Amino acid sequence: MAEMIQIQVNGEQRGCRADATVGDVLRELAIKIERVAVELNLEILDRKDFDHRSLKQGDRMEILSFIGGGAEELRH
Amino acid sequence: MVDDRLIIAGHEFKSRLWVGTGKYKDFAETKKAIEASGADVVTVAVRRVNITDRSKENLLDYLDPKKYTILPNTAGCYNVEDAVRYARLARAAGVSDLIKLEVLGDERTLFPDTAGLIEAAKILIKEGFIVLPYTNDDPIVAQKLVDIGCPAVMPLAAPIGSGLGIRNPYNLKILMEMVKVPIIVDAGVGTASDAALAMELGADAVLMNTAIAGAKDPIAMAEAMKYAVYAGRLAYKAGRIPRKLYATASSPIEGML
Repeated sequence: MAEMIQIQVNGEQRGCRADATVGDVLRELAIKIERVAVELNLEILDRKDFDHRSLKQGDRMEILSFIGGGAEELRH
Repeated sequence: MVDDRLIIAGHEFKSRLWVGTGKYKDFAETKKAIEASGADVVTVAVRRVNITDRSKENLLDYLDPKKYTILPNTAGCYNVEDAVRYARLARAAGVSDLIKLEVLGDERTLFPDTAGLIEAAKILIKEGFIVLPYTNDDPIVAQKLVDIGCPAVMPLAAPIGSGLGIRNPYNLKILMEMVKVPIIVDAGVGTASDAALAMELGADAVLMNTAIAGAKDPIAMAEAMKYAVYAGRLAYKAGRIPRKLYATASSPIEGML
C-alpha cells in the first residue's frame, strides 16, 4: 500500500498517496479540469502538466474557478 | 441596430450592455437576467473551488460559453501583487487573455488605486493580457492606461453598488473626448436612465451588476437596461439638439389669425 502524505488543498489539510499527481487529486475531488486554475506552492500550473506533477509532503495546492461576481460587494 | 458592433482588441460584441454575475438569488435567476439583458459579455470573479461541498452547482454550468464572452475580473484585490496573481489564475482557468483589472484602493468606496492599477496593467500587458482597467473618471489616468497599452478603459460612474448613477458627467464627457479608445462605463449605475445617460454622453458600453441583481425584479430591470443602453446609443448617434436658454417655437407664425 502506498505511503500517505499530507498536503494542503484550498487551505485545508488533506491526505493523499505519496505518488499522487495534481491530476489524481482533482479526480478524487471530482473537479473537472476545464475552467479551473491550479496553483502549486504559488506556481500556476499549465493544464497539460496536471498529470505530470507529483505531490510532496507539505505541498500547498489552490484550486480556483470562476464564480458569480461583478465586483466585491459591501454588506448592507 | 445595423452593425453597431463594439470591437475591442479583435473581440467583437453585439451588445453594449455588459453584466456582472454576482448578488443574484441563485444561478437560475442569474441566467434569466443575463438572457433578458441581451448582454454578450459577463464578468466573473476568481475564487477557490468549494471542495468540501461538491454538490454545489457551478455558475459556468448555467452560462453557455458559445453565447457569452466570459470576462474574469480581479475583484477583491487591493494591491498589485494580488491583482496580477488573480489575473494569471484567471487566464489559466479560462479561454482568453481578457481581464478586467481591478486594483482597489479602499474598502468603503471601492475606488480604484490608480497608481497600483497602472503598475499592474503594465505587468499584465507585457505578459500578453488584454487589460480592461476599472478606473475612475480622471481623463489623465485614463490616457496613461491607454498609453501603456489598454485597448479600452472602464471609468466608474459612482461607487460600486451605490446606484447613484453618473456622479460627474462633465469629467466623463471630457474623458470621452480626450481618450480615443472604447470606453465602458462601469459601476454605480442605479436605474435605466443612468445607463441611457452614459450612452448619450458617448460611452461605448455600460457594465453593471447590482443595478440588475439588486432590483426588486431583476429580470424586468435587465430588460429595461437593454432598452436603455440601446436608446441611449441611438440618441447619441442621432445627434441631439443643443441646449438653449430661451425658447425656439416649433410652429410658424405665418398663417396665424
